Amino acid sequence: MRYAQGAAQSLSKETDAVIIDVVPFIILASVAVLAAVAMVTSRNAVHAALFLVVNFSTIAIFYLVLNAPFLAMVQVAVYAGAIMVLFLFVIMLLGAERLEVTGRLAWQRPLALLLALALALMGGYLLVERFGTQPEPLKALANSSPQAVGDLLFDSYLFPFEVTSVLLLVAMIGAIVLTFDRKEERN
Amino acid sequence: MITVTHYIALSAILFLIGVVGVLIRRNAILIFMSVELMLNAANLAFVAFARHFDRLDGQIISFFVMTVAAAEVAVGLALIVTIFKTKHSIDVDEISSMKG
Repeated sequence: MRYAQGAAQSLSKETDAVIIDVVPFIILASVAVLAAVAMVTSRNAVHAALFLVVNFSTIAIFYLVLNAPFLAMVQVAVYAGAIMVLFLFVIMLLGAERLEVTGRLAWQRPLALLLALALALMGGYLLVERFGTQPEPLKALANSSPQAVGDLLFDSYLFPFEVTSVLLLVAMIGAIVLTFDRKEERN
Repeated sequence: MITVTHYIALSAILFLIGVVGVLIRRNAILIFMSVELMLNAANLAFVAFARHFDRLDGQIISFFVMTVAAAEVAVGLALIVTIFKTKHSIDVDEISSMKG
C-alpha cells in the first residue's frame, strides 16, 4: 500500500513535470508552426503579416521560457511591433494585398517543393539520428537579467555594438536615398 | 523533459517553412517575410543554446541578428517600393532582367 502510494506520488511528480514542461512546449510549438505554415500559404499579404506577428509572439514566449527576458521584450517591441508595422505599412501603401501569380516561371514550383522535401528529409534524418544523445534537461541560467546582458554587451561586445550603430545609420540613409524622388534630375 | 534538441527541432521546422516560402511564393513582400521567419528560427536556436551552455553570448548574437534584420527590412522595403514605382508589380518573376 505504502509502495503503491510512493509510486503514485512519483508518478504524479512525473506527470506534473510533463504538464509544466512538455505540454506548454507542444502547444506553443504547434501554434508557432501552424502560424508559419498559414503565413506561407495565405493568399492575402495582410493575413500573412498578421500570422507572422502570431509566430513572433510565440517565439517571444519561448524566449521568456529560455531565460531571455530582455530578448523577449525586444522581440515584441522591435519584431512584432516596429518591423511588422513597416511591413503592413508597405503592403497597404502599394495596395499589394492580392498581387500574385503571373505564372511565368510556374514550372519552378514543383522543383522548389522537391528541393524543400529533400532538405526536410536531410534535417529529419539528422534530428532522428541525434535525438536522445543529449538527454540532459535544460537548467536555468545562473544570471540572465537584462543587467547581465547589458554588462556583456558593453564589455566584451562593445565594438560590434558600435558597428551596429553605423549599420543602422547606413540603413537609414539607404532607405531615404532609395525612395527619394529624383524629379529635378529627370528634367 | 524538454531538452535543447526539442528547440533545435522546432527551429529547424520553422527554418524549413521559411525556405519553402522563399522558394514557392512570387510576391516579393511574402518572400521577405519568409526570410524574417528564417532569421527568427536561427535566433531561437541561438537562445536555446545560450541556455544549454549557460552562457549569455548566444543571446547577444541573437540581439545583433535582430538589429541587422531591422536594417535589412528598412532597405529591403525601400527597394520594393522603388521597384513597384517603376514596374507597378512586385512579382519577382517580372523583375528577372537587370535592364534599367
